[in-house]
Amino acid sequence: MAIFRSHVLVCVDPVCLKKGAHDIMDALQDELVTKGLIDEIQVLETSRIGGCDNGPEIMVYPEGVHYVGISPDDVPYLVEEHFLKGRTAEKFVLKEKTFIDEELSAPTSKEVRIVLKNCGIIDPGNIEEYLAEGGYEGLGKVLTSYTPEETIDIVLRSGLGGRGGAGFPTGKKWQFCRATQEWPKYMICNADEGDPGAFMNRRVLEGDPHAVIEGMIIGAYAVGSNQGYIYCRAEYPLAIKTLNIAIDQAHALGLLGKDILGSGFDFDLEVRMGAGAFVCGEETALMASIEGKRGEPRPRPPFPAVKGLFGKPSNVNNVETYANVPQIIINGPEWYASYGTEKSKGTKTFALAGDVQHTGLIEVPFGLTLREIIFDVGGGIKDGKAFKAIQTGGPMGGCLPAEFLDLPVDYQELAKAGSIMGSGGLVVMDEDTCMVDIARFFMDFVQDESCGKCTPCRVGTRRILEILEGICEGRGKESDLDTLEMLCEQIQEDSLCGLGQGAPNPVVSTLKHFRSEYEAHIKEKRCPAKVCKPLIRYDIVDGPCTGCTVCARNCPVNCITGERRQTHVIDPDVCVRCGICMQVCNFNAIVIN
Amino acid sequence: MTIETKDSKVVLEAVQSAVTRYGASQDELIPILNDVNREIGYLPGEALDELSRLLKVPKSQLFSVASFYRMLSTKPRGKHVLQFCESAPCHVAGGREVWLAVKEALKIEENETTPDGKWTLITTSCLGVCGVGPVMMIDDDVIGNVDPAQVPDILAKYQ
Repeated sequence: MAIFRSHVLVCVDPVCLKKGAHDIMDALQDELVTKGLIDEIQVLETSRIGGCDNGPEIMVYPEGVHYVGISPDDVPYLVEEHFLKGRTAEKFVLKEKTFIDEELSAPTSKEVRIVLKNCGIIDPGNIEEYLAEGGYEGLGKVLTSYTPEETIDIVLRSGLGGRGGAGFPTGKKWQFCRATQEWPKYMICNADEGDPGAFMNRRVLEGDPHAVIEGMIIGAYAVGSNQGYIYCRAEYPLAIKTLNIAIDQAHALGLLGKDILGSGFDFDLEVRMGAGAFVCGEETALMASIEGKRGEPRPRPPFPAVKGLFGKPSNVNNVETYANVPQIIINGPEWYASYGTEKSKGTKTFALAGDVQHTGLIEVPFGLTLREIIFDVGGGIKDGKAFKAIQTGGPMGGCLPAEFLDLPVDYQELAKAGSIMGSGGLVVMDEDTCMVDIARFFMDFVQDESCGKCTPCRVGTRRILEILEGICEGRGKESDLDTLEMLCEQIQEDSLCGLGQGAPNPVVSTLKHFRSEYEAHIKEKRCPAKVCKPLIRYDIVDGPCTGCTVCARNCPVNCITGERRQTHVIDPDVCVRCGICMQVCNFNAIVIN
Repeated sequence: MTIETKDSKVVLEAVQSAVTRYGASQDELIPILNDVNREIGYLPGEALDELSRLLKVPKSQLFSVASFYRMLSTKPRGKHVLQFCESAPCHVAGGREVWLAVKEALKIEENETTPDGKWTLITTSCLGVCGVGPVMMIDDDVIGNVDPAQVPDILAKYQ
């Protein structure tokens, strides 16, 4: 496969075609031949780049320079400036980008984008845009220059760990699967990104599906598999559609199917859709679901590398893990390992959510501190409030208080602090969050999603939930905290899969770091964050209240009384603590006590 | 409840076309169930009977799969299905107030259908659009940044 130093994408959108896009293409080809650059620079057609109003437009990669308003007569100047002299031809550069992306903004200075490199930049529906970004170059390199063992060795040396959450070395996993002497072998991509608050994988699937497909083909070659499945959750219909288009396009170019790139290696790929079950993100449950069964986990060993899908050796990695692979092959394992910390190499994508200024996706090298992530990358806490806690690792993760803000984020440090990396959801909570309520909330989630197969998870989490509900409703007893600790320990030790083993984490971590809040709920029957309804009461303050009667008229249970122009009174015995009075009051006269 | 049950012909046709689309194999069970569920709105007993015959899989096993996944329903659902995201990022962003507003507006609880058969209210796990929480999904429309006060207007758009 020829390797070009630069790719020029010419927009052949109807608008640009009308403005002479084909003439620009011809002029570019002619000029590149004249200057002897045709073997170094490739000209490709592409769909809309975003500057059609000022068309014709072209995009030059890898620099990512977007030129607009060019005529064929400008082409010789452009080629000379850009490709011979290496300068940007400023007068044609598109000045204003009007496109705004709520989820993915331009990277901040602390970010390093490897997995998200192409997201929001290329058209995911057009394989040629991916090719122009150096796509499938890694696959070409592997198929022509490396043996499967060498490929595994490269991935091993890069230090890439499973991005699904556990961080297990990807190269090792591939080695195990390669070593199993049984065929067929299956290559599986876990795209069942179910952790609440995590949507990194969705964005990669929707924005750069070929990176995942290329990573899977490389992996399949390394382990010796000819059939792959991408298991994608049904909540992501757009990702499924994008993947199917990408697979068809890869097929059409001979990048999937028989005899890929003339190497003699065959590999085919199919998308499988889930049907809404969180536990299917667990690899053994996921395989059961692909087989058309209830998505229930089974004990390991045997690990999937020995006995996986349809009882055959299988390799399961997640979306982000695969998306890293092509970059590692192209740039080399040393380049990848130069990012991150001693034990956690490379970068990690995170979804920042909750009470943080800039919610959305970020990608940072391991080792950045929580403070850098929340305040420098995320812009700090919303509405000038104080930071209270950050929940890492999804529903099986832990809540870390302000003392941990300077913790460098990698697999080992998070584990030491009593939390986990998980797939990368980060939920930031401000001072108005009740940690007991949060623990109750996560337990409610786990309880809902527990598949019910093993007792510690099914029954144990139910008991924890009941106790937490009691505490939130003011029925907490002092012995509750000991009972909680005992239950947590037993569930962690005795559950069958990661869901149950991790389920108590939110309770364990909040008990450890926010014990005083539990105690306030139990001993003083008080919710310090003023969240738990049964433990708060609404009162109207004399002074600000003008007696306008708005609260009384809006109260759904008619518990507010008072004469017009007189301070009103709320009857706490009737009040249902809906908070409507507080929302409608124009004078901030209603307070929570 | 006055929800109309689909007549057998429609159900059988939906099952047969899904089986033709994917092939009569247990590996294809979940895609088949997904399609039938979308077509009919739920998985009636007749659909499972027919599938059992076509795939040569016991009905008990089909039922165990159909009842396991949240997106599949073995009970009739309303004309519109409102799925409320109950995940932490939406909760932190004020989801609870929106949830109460939705229940208040529809006058039903979770997993219930309005007496006129118009609405079914269920919760869903994360829809992955946490940047714009609180989020809910009505049929196939994802609605983000929902404010409790907007709920009646949003619901009114669905006839």
